[in-house]
Amino acid sequence: MKISCPHMGHLHYMLEDLFERLDVEYVKPPVSTTKTLTIGAKHSPEFACLPLKINVGNFIEALDMGADTLIMAGGHGPCRFGYYGIVEERILRDLGYEFDFIMLEPFNDGKRDFYKTFKRLSPGLTIPRLYKILKASFAKGRAFDYVHKRSLQVRAYEVNRGDTTRALRQAEQLMALAYTPEEIEEAGREALALIDAVEQDPDRDVMKVAIVGEFFLLLEPFSNFGLEEILGHMGVYLERTVWVTDWIAPNRENKVYGFPKNFVEEKAEPYLSHNVGGEGRETIGGIVLMAERGFDGALQLLPFGCMPENIATSIIPKVQRDHDIPVLTLAFDEQTGRAGLVTRVEAFMDLLAARRGSRLALAGAAAATDKI
Amino acid sequence: MASLSQIPNQPGAMRVGIPRSLLYYKYLPFWKTFLAELGLEVETSPLTNKQILSWGVEVAENELCVPVKAFYGHCMALRGKVDALFVPRVVSVEEREYTCPKFLGLPDMVAAVADQLELPPLLTPKLNQREKPSEFKWQLINFARDEFGVGAMDAIAALETARLAQRRYQESLASGHKPLDLLPSSRLNRTRWKAPKGERKRIGLLGHPYNIYDGYITQNLVARLEEMGAELVVPEMTDHHVLMQAATDVPKQLYWSYEKEIMGAVNHWTENKMVDGVIYVLAFACGPDSLVQVLIEHRARVHKVPLMSLTIDEHSGEAGLVTRIEAFTDMLMRKKKTAEAVA
Repeated sequence: MKISCPHMGHLHYMLEDLFERLDVEYVKPPVSTTKTLTIGAKHSPEFACLPLKINVGNFIEALDMGADTLIMAGGHGPCRFGYYGIVEERILRDLGYEFDFIMLEPFNDGKRDFYKTFKRLSPGLTIPRLYKILKASFAKGRAFDYVHKRSLQVRAYEVNRGDTTRALRQAEQLMALAYTPEEIEEAGREALALIDAVEQDPDRDVMKVAIVGEFFLLLEPFSNFGLEEILGHMGVYLERTVWVTDWIAPNRENKVYGFPKNFVEEKAEPYLSHNVGGEGRETIGGIVLMAERGFDGALQLLPFGCMPENIATSIIPKVQRDHDIPVLTLAFDEQTGRAGLVTRVEAFMDLLAARRGSRLALAGAAAATDKI
Repeated sequence: MASLSQIPNQPGAMRVGIPRSLLYYKYLPFWKTFLAELGLEVETSPLTNKQILSWGVEVAENELCVPVKAFYGHCMALRGKVDALFVPRVVSVEEREYTCPKFLGLPDMVAAVADQLELPPLLTPKLNQREKPSEFKWQLINFARDEFGVGAMDAIAALETARLAQRRYQESLASGHKPLDLLPSSRLNRTRWKAPKGERKRIGLLGHPYNIYDGYITQNLVARLEEMGAELVVPEMTDHHVLMQAATDVPKQLYWSYEKEIMGAVNHWTENKMVDGVIYVLAFACGPDSLVQVLIEHRARVHKVPLMSLTIDEHSGEAGLVTRIEAFTDMLMRKKKTAEAVA
């Protein structure tokens, strides 16, 4: 069995680890490129969301590399993601590919089925063993998330442009090799130390910006043209509301993000009081939360036509007014170009800087008036 | 059947407005009767027109589907005419399923622009049958109590009357009536001429009622097709349970109820050879339809039923639509003739 799964940020490191433990051969699809997207978009329905198109491209490239089994996560709606797998399978079969297809439904939707899915991959797998495997791979995913999060903050202060990115690559290589739980813990610590060792200018006056929005767009640098790096190089301190291990964690603690789901949902309550699938509510809650924490602005990333995010986008103008935080909404599809994106982001950063300047000036004026 | 416009309104009562868009086409008899029985005066917005749609397009987020944009416009059309707007949060209408995310967030989306547009206050009962179908009743009883101080017994009585009205509506739909004939509307969308019975082609018209029956959004598609000699088959003609059963013929159960109905209809029609061709109307950027489309087109291909997907949005022009449906009906006619000649 040669198994493959689409790319999503650094998820492939975790999958590599997981399949190694399960003793299944993993075919890592080639890194997503414009070619991947072109192939995917060609065979996908016109207004399906961007992640599906990239997924299809990944699958096709993996099948061409010899994968014979494809695995895809499921869900129970109302976001489209839960039905991706079925549609992707249909598209690929209509193209004439032959393969086994496995839908991995969430643990809470059926514990037995969840176990059975893994047993199909690795006959003879017992429940305690599966638990141990998942725990170890999950720990590895966590380590990657923590290191990535640190890099988003350090990059804003780096003295030599590109140092953080280089340190991050090194850290990833280091962590990828770790296998036993002790090694993973050790590697995680060393990786964080590597990021911290980047030469920094602590006195730099950095802009604080939150990145909120749809899951895949936030996690996969290919889909957002490496926006985190672009911003980091402009000297912007970033915080992101979505992390892969927070999402698959069995609890609602959001350890990497730092704010539990319930807390974020409460923040969204006055504006969006019901779950609308995807990250709609987390987007609204995240903007409110970041505004309260004094962030200068927020960027909302979404695939064109994303239903939950479009609901959030419809509500954001009110949140912006109430909390006095500028939000730039960026919708992505296969037509989006890098130059247009960079121009818009630069203009937005200029706006934030001007706002900050005028706010400082206002505060100064107020202080001066106080003295009189 | 008694027309809905004949339900007596009580003078001097609170006036509640129901926007003529989205789930209006599915549940108006229920909602209107329920609210009227609670002692309220019910007002609906006019048919979608240029003004309403352009209001909606101006206010709504530009990536939303056209029916949701129209919904904003309908809310605006009711300004100054009513004391409150009825915008329920219809989370789920079937166990373990959802409607569409946009229906889940609709009250919040409208509330976000309510001040700016000076909309009347919103009534937003949450209707959710996802966990337990029986909860629906309690949700409405609580709504009647909290908003209007109506007692539980009166609310239950109103609920029963409303259910009856809804059942009668659905029975009429099943016997081939169109929502256009049953709901308060103008004559504009009516069919003026029909081909003799033997010459009609059976065309399955697939899509959400709020698109198909909104004569402005889909440019009088229903009347145009009938006047071109189509015998229309629509999902509402088949019993709901039959559709839901037919919809289970997919690798994973759909969790959007309205898409499930559409899927069920196409499965049922192709299985029983009920149609000569299918026209599938979908709104641009409709989330669930964008995926289900793949399965529907596959199904039609396997069963060799001609299918035309018709994507609509606020920019759709009349000429483009007419050309396409004419070409499609001509093609069906030619196919029929060839088949007869061969036979």
